[in-house]
Amino acid sequence: GAGKHLKLGRAATPEEIAAWDIDVRPDGLGLPEGRGTVAHGMEIYDENCASCHGDFGEAVGRWPVLAGGQGTLQAERPEKTIGSYWPYLSTVYDYVRRAMPFGNARSLSDDDVYALTAYLLYLNDVVTDEEFELSKENFTEIQLPNEPNFIDDDRREEPFYAEKKEPCMENCRPGKAEISMHAAILDVTPEDAGEDDQPAGGGID
Amino acid sequence: MKSDTNPTRRSFLRAGLAGGAAIAGGAGGAFAAGDPLITEIQDWNRYLGEGVDARPYGSPSQFEAHVVRKNVPWLTSDAVSSINFTPLHELDGIVTPSGLCFERHHGGIAEIDPAQHRLMINGMVEKPLVFTMADLKRFPRENKLYFLECAANSGMEWRGAQLNGCQYTHGMIHCVMYSGVPLRTILEEAGVKPEGKWLLAEGADASAMTRSIPLEKAMDDCMVAFGMNGEALRPEQGYPIRLVVPGWEGNMWVKWLRRLEIGDEPWHQREETSKYTDLLPNGKARRFTYVMDVKSVITNPSPQAPITHGKGPLVISGLAWSGNGRIKRVDVTTDGGRNWHTARIDGPSLPKALHRFYYEFEWDGSELFLQSRAIDEDGFVQPTKDELRSVRGTNSIYHNNGIQTWYVNKDGGIENVEIS
Repeated sequence: GAGKHLKLGRAATPEEIAAWDIDVRPDGLGLPEGRGTVAHGMEIYDENCASCHGDFGEAVGRWPVLAGGQGTLQAERPEKTIGSYWPYLSTVYDYVRRAMPFGNARSLSDDDVYALTAYLLYLNDVVTDEEFELSKENFTEIQLPNEPNFIDDDRREEPFYAEKKEPCMENCRPGKAEISMHAAILDVTPEDAGEDDQPAGGGID
Repeated sequence: MKSDTNPTRRSFLRAGLAGGAAIAGGAGGAFAAGDPLITEIQDWNRYLGEGVDARPYGSPSQFEAHVVRKNVPWLTSDAVSSINFTPLHELDGIVTPSGLCFERHHGGIAEIDPAQHRLMINGMVEKPLVFTMADLKRFPRENKLYFLECAANSGMEWRGAQLNGCQYTHGMIHCVMYSGVPLRTILEEAGVKPEGKWLLAEGADASAMTRSIPLEKAMDDCMVAFGMNGEALRPEQGYPIRLVVPGWEGNMWVKWLRRLEIGDEPWHQREETSKYTDLLPNGKARRFTYVMDVKSVITNPSPQAPITHGKGPLVISGLAWSGNGRIKRVDVTTDGGRNWHTARIDGPSLPKALHRFYYEFEWDGSELFLQSRAIDEDGFVQPTKDELRSVRGTNSIYHNNGIQTWYVNKDGGIENVEIS
């Protein structure tokens, strides 16, 4: 509250804020000056990204898939990529610039990140022209396909939460419990599993 | 020191001379001439132990070497952006030892000299500020015990029983005493402008972890913590400072915290769009699912901790927690949910912290289907996994707080199962 300030710390300089505040919002707030083409992005991608994410964003091993999967969100095994799942292009620019390549973050120039973002749009068929140039100026004109499909948390409306009813204590279910699924049959727990065992369920990332 | 320093081996040899039956009988059994662990003078009762200068920072007994964090290599592509698990089945009480708290990194463990660490506040504030660690330690402090649960805890179990042990199914959680400064105190120092509605927290590690947090929560009970369990944070828990976001998913508890930005809209960062959004069967996805709902698990006995003592008195021990506040009650069933018994909560009952419960009964040696069901002070009842799946399907990844079942066979062996 007022009058309680301890006057600790010092003013941050504009240079310091510029060095650390690199976040970008969906409305384009935070985008730096710059531009890059799909064709240039492909060169950067092949050199810096393809060894993990695959030549076409399809991924190597368990590294993240970046492209494809459109129309799979209701499938048994959805493939969640930039093109199929991500709502905003700003997140692509922001995340690549702050955290990629994995192990050498912050090594790409702002123009490089525009070019890479353009190439990722191309790999996801959001743009189809290899000459397409993404820039600060045209950035917010691009919409990703899945933007309308995010909803705010509505867990409180789920029936088992909404009712808040006192749970049953006695004779709650008929008959004897029957096992419908065993973890031991999958045998993927590290203490028991062999080298070749593969999990049945999803991973965590 | 001595010629024969292996007490276990020595006791064994002596017991062997006394007769094999004595060994088979064990400590609680019948001994013709008495238990040699009692009738023979043991090494530790005769020879001197180590002095006070031997262990400047102590470690657990060598006989507890199995109580460690474990990882599951197939879960992630790499150990650097990965997860490991707290050994819940070996722990008791509600405080997690610092060295056993599960880890979740996205760019490995940043090793930061506190003298070189800075915290910046910028954005919609009256005065953007930079703090050193020395500055932060001059603010008024508080101490709070909270659980931190990864949003993906139990996430591998959405499709059914997969991992055999509560360390793996429920071990992305810990609960420690945090020491630090209320986030509101630090934000007020910079002066949040009236249009400021959201906070972006950013880490100093190679993933530069960022999350958008509603300002209401930031001004309520969040903390900038530099201590855990009475000492400095461990490097793997964000040394020198981390954000504490009580009751909310662990991803938001940004480690190696270096920047707090105030804005009027959320930023929709990678960790709140691509990740930590929950896909539903209709192809839509929930975002901003912050709170960790009411949940519990029986930690012992469990698959990694089978019943080895035979019939008779049996202690069932477990944990319950809720991001909404305190736990009001925990029920335990031994017959797969046909009949429930209210368990005993022991120890402090603190909001948004782990609660320890016990249910003691006489085991007659028949097979059991053990479950626990927590109810929080807001009246929310822990749902079954089937209830969750009926609304959410099996591809949500996060926020699986469904009731866990352990099948106990007649030999006391235990397995993670699903039942009907």
